Amino acid sequence: MKFGVIVFPGSNCDHDCYHIAKHVMGHDTSYVWHKDASDLSGYDCIIVPGGFSYGDYLRPGAIAKYSPITEEIKKYANGGGLVIGICNGFQILIEAGLLPGVLMRNRSLKFICQDVYLKMENTDTPFSSEYSAGQVVKVPIAHHDGNYFADDATLKDLEANNQVVFRYATVKGETSDEANPNGSVSNIAGICNKNRNVLGMMPHPERCAEKVLGNKDGLGIFRSIVKHLTQS
Amino acid sequence: MKAKVYVTLKSGILDPQGKAVQHSLETIGYNAAMDVRQGKLFEVTLADGLSLDEAKKQVTEMAEKLLANPVMENFTVEVE
Repeated sequence: MKFGVIVFPGSNCDHDCYHIAKHVMGHDTSYVWHKDASDLSGYDCIIVPGGFSYGDYLRPGAIAKYSPITEEIKKYANGGGLVIGICNGFQILIEAGLLPGVLMRNRSLKFICQDVYLKMENTDTPFSSEYSAGQVVKVPIAHHDGNYFADDATLKDLEANNQVVFRYATVKGETSDEANPNGSVSNIAGICNKNRNVLGMMPHPERCAEKVLGNKDGLGIFRSIVKHLTQS
Repeated sequence: MKAKVYVTLKSGILDPQGKAVQHSLETIGYNAAMDVRQGKLFEVTLADGLSLDEAKKQVTEMAEKLLANPVMENFTVEVE
């Protein structure tokens, strides 16, 4: 099983993702430099990590969308390959048109770095099957632009197709406004595409996927991916 | 030839930055500033030899593809 971790200038969670895939999960993992626009079909899963690609100039993800590797990620995803975008990776996947909506500046206008609780909304995806429906997990966020927005038609579509995978919630699983750190519409923290092979999420599962980190709640994402790949 | 691209948030999209600016204007006594929407202005210097129509066409494409995000932003193009 082979993971590819995309590296843009300004990516800064690439090493964390690499570490979890390679050392914690124990799978072959390589970095893929954004200018090396080679075919990705040799990989079983592509991780677009967090960070500040191109310094977040223009809009987060806007410049990365025209980086040579992004065309390859699109081809890979449209061919059914598993792609997970975390934080800035989520912003890039949205700008690239692989996921709907937009991630705007947090409503507080502040960069937020804290643990949040997520309620599992859809566990029938390659990225979330190791969790149980409605389960509440603790995962950190660290972003300035994570305020998810989509127009009413898009939201309706997302809900109808069960594409909302996680929502910000209280520890008891209430998806209230108080539990919403950044103003995201319907408390949305992560979504997948209709085909379920592309996931974008603002929280950082790679930062809580190992005992030494004091929290393993995020490991289920990586275990779900491996389970899916093993079964398929 | 130069072009200006104005990128503005669509109506209905919350603009917390504009709101913060409006609050600040109030704080310094400008109570007449009822609402502020913050946008972006791009000044693009174009290569010589383009016709006005071609320049408008290209700059509009630039705005559609990169300068604006059509999900949340509108844009206008001026070429002179």
